Amino acid sequence: MIAQAIFIIILGAAIYLFAKNAGKIRRNILLGKDTDRSDQPAVRWKVMAKIALGQTKMVKRPVAAVMHFFIYIGFIIINLEVLEIMIDGIFGSHRIFAHPLGGLYGLLIGGFEGLAVLVLIACVVFLCRRNIVHLKRFTGTEMTAWPKSDANYILITEILLMTAFLTMNAADYKLQLLHFEHYVKAGSFPISSLIAPLLPNRSGALVILERVCWWFHIVGILIFLNYLPYSKHFHILLAFPNTYYSNLNKKGKFTNMASVTNEVKAMLDPSFVPENTGEPARFGVKDVTDLTWKNLMEAYTCTECGRCTSVCPANITGKLLSPRKIMMDTRDRITEVGNNLDKHGKDYDDGKTLLDNYITREELWACTTCNACVEACPVNINPLEIITEMRRYIVMEESQAPASLNNMFGNVENNGAPWKYSQADRFNWSNPS
Amino acid sequence: MADMAARGQEPEILFWVGCAGSFDERAQKITRDICKILQHVGINYAVLGTEESCTGDPAKRAGNEFLFQMLAMTNIQVLDGYNIKKIVTGCPHCFNTIKNEYPGLGGNYEVIHHSQLIQQLINEGKLKAEGGESFKGKKITFHDPCYLGRGNGVYEAPRAALEILDAELVEMKRCKSNGLCCGAGGAQMFKEPEPGKKDINMERMQDVLEAKAQVVAAACPFCMTMLTDGVKHQDKEQEIRVLDIAEITVKANGL
Ligand code: SF4
Ligand code: SF4
Repeated sequence: MIAQAIFIIILGAAIYLFAKNAGKIRRNILLGKDTDRSDQPAVRWKVMAKIALGQTKMVKRPVAAVMHFFIYIGFIIINLEVLEIMIDGIFGSHRIFAHPLGGLYGLLIGGFEGLAVLVLIACVVFLCRRNIVHLKRFTGTEMTAWPKSDANYILITEILLMTAFLTMNAADYKLQLLHFEHYVKAGSFPISSLIAPLLPNRSGALVILERVCWWFHIVGILIFLNYLPYSKHFHILLAFPNTYYSNLNKKGKFTNMASVTNEVKAMLDPSFVPENTGEPARFGVKDVTDLTWKNLMEAYTCTECGRCTSVCPANITGKLLSPRKIMMDTRDRITEVGNNLDKHGKDYDDGKTLLDNYITREELWACTTCNACVEACPVNINPLEIITEMRRYIVMEESQAPASLNNMFGNVENNGAPWKYSQADRFNWSNPS
Repeated sequence: MADMAARGQEPEILFWVGCAGSFDERAQKITRDICKILQHVGINYAVLGTEESCTGDPAKRAGNEFLFQMLAMTNIQVLDGYNIKKIVTGCPHCFNTIKNEYPGLGGNYEVIHHSQLIQQLINEGKLKAEGGESFKGKKITFHDPCYLGRGNGVYEAPRAALEILDAELVEMKRCKSNGLCCGAGGAQMFKEPEPGKKDINMERMQDVLEAKAQVVAAACPFCMTMLTDGVKHQDKEQEIRVLDIAEITVKANGL
């Protein structure tokens, strides 16, 4: 009875805390400007099914893809087992599904155990890649102390959880063989039975071991759940809505700013009466609240895998730009803005902005708009959009483009070409030289 | 175009030459070769000549949306004035801008890149790669322009133009959707690169050298400049030629 009460309290607290923190992230995302991504739902479902559910963009890096797939499938399927643990925890039952499912239960447990081993292997491989092989992708200026340890914490936690799961099963199996009361016969334990011989033979010790592992496993999962909102691991949830709201246009197509269209139309045609679109006074992006909610959702979805940065021509050739850093900066800044809101209220200004305080101009001007980062991202994140929006702010609000670009603008404006040639010479190519 | 309009005629297709194609000496050759192809197959085409202007691509990528939209709307007025329906461009940047960004400003045209035109003509049997220079036994590699490939998903058309040659088409390590930028896009062409370890076109040259190609096929005047500079920089002008898809087609067909 006491155990059940404690379990229910812990479970309730965990869910409450998680909902609160996830709600904060949702609130932060909605601090962004509106953008309509509700069209073509059929296509959107398909994109989500392919990219998030089907992991089709992962396959470009086969080792990571296979290992990630183990963890991913393991995560989804083991949730079935977590469901049973929850029910057992609340009602004080034990392996409640064992009886109704019969033979199927044995199969399921066997499957879970197999997956647990695959997850264990994948986590060890991932730890090695990060800490022993030192894959270049996982380094970089933005991979400071926290992002590095975040990744390691996740992997170590998963290893601990899986070990506890297998040990629990092993103890349970032994108790079943002893026909210990309450431990119903529940199918085969193909993997944990292998470690069973290592465990003590006394039923009392086994019960303690089984219970300790059970509690460790489930409390661990609940703690992990509450770790998600502070971690890149949040991608396991956001990958789905994030891909659903993907940009469906061709990658080369940039947005046409409607506020500019109005002004340009008025300039070209004095009789034009601009529709009052209630556009904001600012062109482009200076701080995170100038971004759209989709940009901000992407920032929270980023898994810091660095696939974008590893294919970025600017980054490869040693320039300051790293698309992953653009996403991480955006996330850090919107989190800061959200925290300010909670602490100091709506009108507080901390005097910081995404531009300059987080992202430097040198980074922004190094981008070739090649879309390699967009193509590479396994969850359809678009760092390029943030980069161009910030360029727009620098150029249109501040007129602070690099001098050579200002020259180019001048030429385009006066001669209709980015170089200093006369419009009248434009047809000269037709004179054979 | 103005002449044609004066005669009361409308072209089947408008050839949008682009700034580089109009003024850059190397790109002018490509422009003339595209014309040769159009003439050879007897397509009724026109160019805007002095009425053409920048599409606004470099301004837009650099963040100057005002300038971009001014140019775009002016160009749309000119194009609509001549009742243009179909456009072929000699540059992936013009292609992308007119195809994707002009419709939102009221300019709706069927836009193709010259590599797509060439592919179409090959499919129709109008271009054959016979009677001209033979590329037999040569290794040819294609450098994907970002705004044609990743930007618009056109990967096969330019390759089709190379496949009919009697040459060996080799792919670079980074190709198609994994292709590496030449370094000129996003208005980088018009400014010094930011400080770094090396220039992007030099990084790209490594892929070219690794593929051991004798001909690098380009499909964009900016890529052309960057790749040619890269080859020069490596002192490989004797061994490696950089040619546009249109030039290769013209040479192979003996036009
Ligand atoms: S679009 Fe810009 S940030 Fe993205 S890969 Fe290309 S150069 Fe890097
Ligand atoms: S933006 Fe995408 S590719 Fe880049 S680090 Fe984040 S998740 Fe990985």
